Amino acid sequence: MRYALLSDIHANLPALEACLEHARSQGFDRLALLGDLVGYGPHPSEVVQRCQALQQAGAIVLRGNHEEIIQTHHLEAHRESLGGQTAGWTHAQLSPAQRYWLEVLPLSTREDRVYLVHASADAPERWRYVEDDRIAGLSLDGACALFPDVRYVFGGHVHHQSLWYRGTGRQLMKFAPTPGVPIPTPKHRHWIATVGSVGQPRDGNPKAMYALFDDQAGRLTFHRVAYDHHGVARAVRAAGLPEFFAERLEKGR
Amino acid sequence: MKKLDPGTALDGFVIGRCIHAGGMAHIYEVSYADQHEPPFPLVMKVPRMTAGDGAENIVSFEVEHQLMQVLQGRHVPRFVAAGDLAQLPYLVMEHVPGQTLQQWMDDKAQAQVVPQADEIARVGAALARAVHSLHKQNACHLDLKPANVLLHPEGHAVLLDFGLSSHAHYPDLLAEELRKAVGSPVWIAPEQVVGVRGDPRSDVFAIGVMLYELATGELPFGNPQTAAGMRQRLWMDPPPPRSLRADVPPWLQEVILRCLAPLAAERYPSAAHLAMDLENPDQVRLTARGHQLQKTAFLTHLRRWLRTAGMQYQPSPLPSQQIDSVPIVMVAVPHYDVSDATLYSLREAVARSLGIRPGARLAVVTVISPGMSSTTDSDKSETAVHRQYLNMLRQWAQPLDLEGHQTSFHVLESTDVAQALVRYAEGNQVSMIVMGAATHGLQMQRLVATVPIKVAMDAPCTVVLVKQSLPFEQLHEGEPDPEVVALERKRKRAENWVPF
Repeated sequence: MRYALLSDIHANLPALEACLEHARSQGFDRLALLGDLVGYGPHPSEVVQRCQALQQAGAIVLRGNHEEIIQTHHLEAHRESLGGQTAGWTHAQLSPAQRYWLEVLPLSTREDRVYLVHASADAPERWRYVEDDRIAGLSLDGACALFPDVRYVFGGHVHHQSLWYRGTGRQLMKFAPTPGVPIPTPKHRHWIATVGSVGQPRDGNPKAMYALFDDQAGRLTFHRVAYDHHGVARAVRAAGLPEFFAERLEKGR
Repeated sequence: MKKLDPGTALDGFVIGRCIHAGGMAHIYEVSYADQHEPPFPLVMKVPRMTAGDGAENIVSFEVEHQLMQVLQGRHVPRFVAAGDLAQLPYLVMEHVPGQTLQQWMDDKAQAQVVPQADEIARVGAALARAVHSLHKQNACHLDLKPANVLLHPEGHAVLLDFGLSSHAHYPDLLAEELRKAVGSPVWIAPEQVVGVRGDPRSDVFAIGVMLYELATGELPFGNPQTAAGMRQRLWMDPPPPRSLRADVPPWLQEVILRCLAPLAAERYPSAAHLAMDLENPDQVRLTARGHQLQKTAFLTHLRRWLRTAGMQYQPSPLPSQQIDSVPIVMVAVPHYDVSDATLYSLREAVARSLGIRPGARLAVVTVISPGMSSTTDSDKSETAVHRQYLNMLRQWAQPLDLEGHQTSFHVLESTDVAQALVRYAEGNQVSMIVMGAATHGLQMQRLVATVPIKVAMDAPCTVVLVKQSLPFEQLHEGEPDPEVVALERKRKRAENWVPF
């Protein structure tokens, strides 16, 4: 099975379309959207519609923390933060049916050796960031405790592309991937990766991020895809969303 | 796996003659079982061990498979097929004609013929070009020796055995599996001895060892059997080749000794530069080292030994396990009551430490008290508080050039800062702790045992205490005066020497 792994779309329709098109050109069998479909970006309704269609066509769609904070009962708690302000705006852009669809998305799923989750597999609902060796280890152990056959854990949430692997020792090793280079990830080892963010990169490069994984060949490839991020930044400003989120798209940071 | 009999069928191949029985693997000639003619002669490499026989051999096999799949060009055998690692590991590749450099040297020795300088230069240049082609593909061989170099009848060199190699695009499985020096003791480069993997100049060093043997018939550092023996090359110059064989021309000695410089930065910056010198002996820039006939003076060695003990690599009193593992530099960044100058000085100290250790890993750590993250809504706020400090650490690290350095950021929770730092260093095989002297209260030492003293006493590794020393104005002005900076650096370097 060849998976296209997209996460943290953040209501950025052009970035989503660019990644889907790139993934189609590379070839894949199964699409997985790993959460945070909305928030920050200017196209929540369009992105939800697109993701619903993709789900009907067989895509896996998971829930992220942004699907939670745009719900009525969470809005108040986040009102003060910048993200909270876009949550209120996003809430207003979505129909009750769309919000309900987002609210009941699953937190994680597992297919054979692959475990998919937005944040950390040991406690998905805590939205912990898989950003260092320790948390990566907890997440990997969490998934393997649930399903001993799991060899690969893929998630998003941190908006960076990283890969950790475990050899015979207990310690996880972090590896910074080179975009576009297939990495052999044989199934006799354990691997955990964050696939980066489609709609809001934060590593100083404005190109959209996603990854392709071939579980038969044991090969993982991180990709960066250019799209019109200046256009989306303009749309952020036109929607009256905080300037910070427009600049973030322009700088990729 | 045991030796296979000729005629055995294996995954569509038929085993032929065994042409090499090494310590790690057997190599057989093979043909296709369905009789069809291969485009070039084939060999199969089968490891002696199987999946159940321990990690090292299997991992190097996995590494070789990884590399063979992607390496291109005439300086490596063409890759054909591989067996499943868990079932039946093997590699099928092109059977390259020619003889290994080892055989070539043995033949010369048997005939009692000494290779002439121009012959050595020809072989050396071919080898350096092959190595450079590997480096251009983002790979380092890291186990170059005469047995792994094949001299093709057409004149070029072909490199064999990538079991200890590293490739920048792939996770380095050996960095984790073998927490010790990875390589062959005769040819291993000084930085490999302390666990740095992936510097192309390590291969330049190995070429230097081979050239030295070709020119003198002797090994520059012998064949050390212990970790301490291998560590000699961190500071020691071998006897000048001309002191062993007077007819070695000065240019060849210059080239060889430059390859063998203890510091990678003082070697040829690339194998291509080396090849160029070997091809143009008359243009080799001769220094005193080219003419030298005396061994390096004891005092020079002592000075260098002190330098390596204090700064460049890890000091020898450390437990070998820690020295030999991949160096991890840990910096403790205070998060309260701290001046810009201190943060700046810490960064300078880290930049200096990382600058001389390509491939070194940096762990940026701060310690907060557990109270800072415990509230009623514990889960979410813990994340938030940690993120806040992680962000602070990242901002601190931003100006550092971390290209090529794996870096991680850690917020530790403890009421005892010193103990938390020491425990972290122990648990992660940290090779060096960099921390501020002033911020952690060195001036209080007369009254209580302060954090830096406690860490210095209990740490399992070197501790660098950084004093804030750069002039404040340089933090705010655009371009600092280079002369002032150079002076300041010199002064600081001198300062840092004192404690060691």
